[in-house]
Amino acid sequence: MRPRSRAQRRAADAAIRVAMVPAALIGIAVLAWILGEVIARGVGALTPTFFTELPTPPGMEGGGLGNAIVGTLLMTLLAALMGTPVGLLAGVFLAEFGPSSRIATTVRFTTNLLMGTPSIIIGIFVYSVLVLPLGHFSGWAGAVALAILILPVVMRTTEDMLNLVPDELRESGLALGAPRWKVTLGIIFRAARSGLVTGVLLAVARVSGETAPLLFTALNSFYWPGSLSRPTANLTVTIFNYAMSPYSDWQEKAWGASLLITVSVLVVAVLARFVIKDGRERA
Amino acid sequence: MMMATEERVFVQAPSEVAKQHAREIEDVFRLPAKVTVRNLNFYYGGQQALFDNSIDIPALRVTAIIGPSGCGKSTHIRVYNRIFELYRSHRAEGIVEIDGENILSPTTDLLKLRKKVGMIFQRPTPFPMSIFDNIAYGVRLHYRGSRSEITDRVEDALKRGALWDEVKEKLCEPATALSGGQQQRLCIARAIAVEPKLILMDEPCSAIDPVATSKIEDLIETLRDSYTVVLVTHNMQQAARVSDFTAFFYKGHIVEFGPTTKIFTNPDNEQTEDYITGRFG
Repeated sequence: MRPRSRAQRRAADAAIRVAMVPAALIGIAVLAWILGEVIARGVGALTPTFFTELPTPPGMEGGGLGNAIVGTLLMTLLAALMGTPVGLLAGVFLAEFGPSSRIATTVRFTTNLLMGTPSIIIGIFVYSVLVLPLGHFSGWAGAVALAILILPVVMRTTEDMLNLVPDELRESGLALGAPRWKVTLGIIFRAARSGLVTGVLLAVARVSGETAPLLFTALNSFYWPGSLSRPTANLTVTIFNYAMSPYSDWQEKAWGASLLITVSVLVVAVLARFVIKDGRERA
Repeated sequence: MMMATEERVFVQAPSEVAKQHAREIEDVFRLPAKVTVRNLNFYYGGQQALFDNSIDIPALRVTAIIGPSGCGKSTHIRVYNRIFELYRSHRAEGIVEIDGENILSPTTDLLKLRKKVGMIFQRPTPFPMSIFDNIAYGVRLHYRGSRSEITDRVEDALKRGALWDEVKEKLCEPATALSGGQQQRLCIARAIAVEPKLILMDEPCSAIDPVATSKIEDLIETLRDSYTVVLVTHNMQQAARVSDFTAFFYKGHIVEFGPTTKIFTNPDNEQTEDYITGRFG
């Protein structure tokens, strides 16, 4: 056996680098390009009235997407309120109470399937179980569709985060004479707190940009979302409609809405990172 | 050859050491047993880990459990508070009586059992909360009391855990900010705060530096007065230093049990002697 030569090792190292760096750069470049394009085209549309006023008919200058902003916020919030508790509880079940039970294995598998289900299928599903029987598109149906999308993400991250908590911590809680549920709520949740919050934030960020499920459920509207029992304005479907329209004013508004969503998602993602960092420093 | 000399010595005149051993052995039988284990068998799924363990743990003494890795030391004490039940496939059979009550019976109140039997783990396990709340957590589980009563109890436990002077200024800081040795003493204080009778320590110093270890050993010395302590340890010097009685485990069997001085100077069993003298393990 001969010792490996230094030159050989260096050559291999250089080759890997040459392949790796451009790959990383392409990834970053695409993101930068999207961001640049959205900012360049969208920033002009973000006037104060964009946030406060109702849309104007095509051809009329001015107006805004206040109703869509409120609608998106409302539906996302409702979806988070519906999806998060169920997701959290299911995740707790998977991680803490029946990790290897038959129900848990089944639930875990179906969760993975649900996570991989295209969002348009969720939209059609909610359309057929809520919109058709009730006879009209509604904000509620939109929120339900988004909640279905949030559910598996929260479930999986909850399970993963709880699994990261060392068993010794559970054991020492139980060894003090605490019942299982108190250990889970008082100790394990606290230990996994930052991870759980991050999971919820990322899930919400993800669905806030969904279009397809809303297209079939909340549809869209030109009015303020007075009641969620009616079609409800939202940013993503508005982008879809406006971007396809022939009116330059609408197209510009679509860019503005795109910028708004992108920035919001970015802010939430950065926020989530801070939560993780904070949790790591404390732990 | 060796044997012959020893026998002769014994026949001629019992040495001082032998007399002391004899007294200590008598002691074992005179001391009330805190834990009485009879024919304890333990299974990890289909794999048996403990074989017919029988032992009487003397009350208000420190009993060390020594033996090579994987010999069942931890497995054995994890039966005393039934913490093993966290894992479905783990199963214990036999009789483990604590204060005369078979704790393996299905009617045992687990929460009461675990209040009575405290446990310290290999790695310190501070809860993700303040130093104060770590101690108060257990107290609030088992007692109802005013804020000042709980504060008193926390202070008392931290004093008995030999940690008070180091943390009294920073009770509201997160417990995770303490050093490893301090965290382990915090865990001991946390266990003490719920007033257990029996304290199980599962290699409490294996993740801690020598200075912190000696502090914990000093602490164990002081615990002997009010608690029965069972200490699993890898470190034979530690067993020799702090324990009154020592049990040697090997491959799931209790090979020998007796006063620590006897086990370490004149064990009956050849395997024990080989282990003590460092021939294996």
